[in-house]
Amino acid sequence: MLNISGIQEGYVLDHIKAGMSLRIYHDLKLDKLTKGTVAIIMNAVSNKMGTKDIIKVECPVDAIDLDILGYIDHNITVNIIKDDKIIEKRALTLPKEIRNVIKCKNPRCITSIEQELDQVFFLSDPDTETYRCKYCETAYNN
Amino acid sequence: MDKKPRHLMNPLDFSVEELESLMDLAKDIEANREKYAHACAGKKLATLFYEPSTRTRLSFEAAMLNLGGSVLGFASEDSSSAAKGESVSDTLSVVSCYADICAIRHPKEGAPLVASQHASIPVINAGDGGHQHPTQTLTDLLTIRSLDGKIENLVIGLCGDLKFGRTVHSLINALIRYPNIRFVLISPPELRIPDYIREDVLIKNDIPFEEVIKLEEAMPSLDILYMTRVQKERFFNEEDYLRMKGYYILDKKKMTLAKDNMLVLHPLPRVNEISVEVDEDPRAAYFRQAQYGVYIRMALILTLLDIKV
Ligand SMILES: [Zn+2]
Repeated sequence: MLNISGIQEGYVLDHIKAGMSLRIYHDLKLDKLTKGTVAIIMNAVSNKMGTKDIIKVECPVDAIDLDILGYIDHNITVNIIKDDKIIEKRALTLPKEIRNVIKCKNPRCITSIEQELDQVFFLSDPDTETYRCKYCETAYNN
Repeated sequence: MDKKPRHLMNPLDFSVEELESLMDLAKDIEANREKYAHACAGKKLATLFYEPSTRTRLSFEAAMLNLGGSVLGFASEDSSSAAKGESVSDTLSVVSCYADICAIRHPKEGAPLVASQHASIPVINAGDGGHQHPTQTLTDLLTIRSLDGKIENLVIGLCGDLKFGRTVHSLINALIRYPNIRFVLISPPELRIPDYIREDVLIKNDIPFEEVIKLEEAMPSLDILYMTRVQKERFFNEEDYLRMKGYYILDKKKMTLAKDNMLVLHPLPRVNEISVEVDEDPRAAYFRQAQYGVYIRMALILTLLDIKV
């Protein structure tokens, strides 16, 4: 049973692949939360996964961009907490668009010279989970 | 006027039906030049060319002048404010106050899209790096439709640099929307069509195609031969370039193998891939293609400005 004690309102992100929690902490910009506790549990024992990471966040429930999580790993379980109870489990899907998470690597792309532009990628093929730069349409490879 | 302007970034921005209307308008312009001579009176086209492309720029300017409008702009980055470090976004916010429509050419891919996001006037992509050059594709489609009467049941040979040739990739993407089109892809093995066109476009959409190495082999079956330049800068060394550039030169002798009604197209400028002796052959359509380029740009300007004549 997932321990969610101490969270009035917030999220518990469960079934994070072990080792991925710091990247998620960064990409969700949890370091920018002005108040609320963030707890990261690494290498927790998991029946399903062997080991996993867990992130607990205390914040208003609309304060996190779940699209980014869907892009990083749509197998993560999102538990929404209110008054110490899980009120909802939200399924993640691949977002249609992601903004300022990954950067275009094409040196001929306009984003390479106009730094103030948002880095926007759109889902061009859900089967292969391919994202393309909105500007130059170059596919993003990890 | 708070209606959002319509832009042209990609040849596929227009549906097949919208393209039909655009090409019908271009045909009407061709037949009735006088009728359109003052259609854009008082309107201004800005040509923002961050890299030189004289032919494309002149085609846009001729189109606007034929419509009775006027033109302003710059022809290379040196003479523009970009040389002083101004962003495309800022330039467009300003140009929107000066002009009614603009055509932008930029070496960086996606720059016209950035421009369109900051413009309150219609923006036409006049070529962005290796990415898109939609008015070339529209020109090619109009030329085929005008000279062949239709865009269907055609065997289309694409010859030259098929690996880096942006025009060829765009044309394939545009043509597969029409019925019964077959491609013959003619190139040196080193410059074959990339996988993302072969697999993701041709095979995925069940489009019949074959790849051949020799132009002679393909000639007899073709309705259209689309020639492209083999650019020197695509090669790693001089020797490779010199060895290959001669493979795909169209001359009188090769033309004897072709159908009587085959058409030769070329986006121009050519280097030596079409020998000048072919110019007088009635099947050589590349100069008429340049003329259609002006008609389609006239039709495009009218359509994006929503001017009905
Ligand atoms: Zn890009």
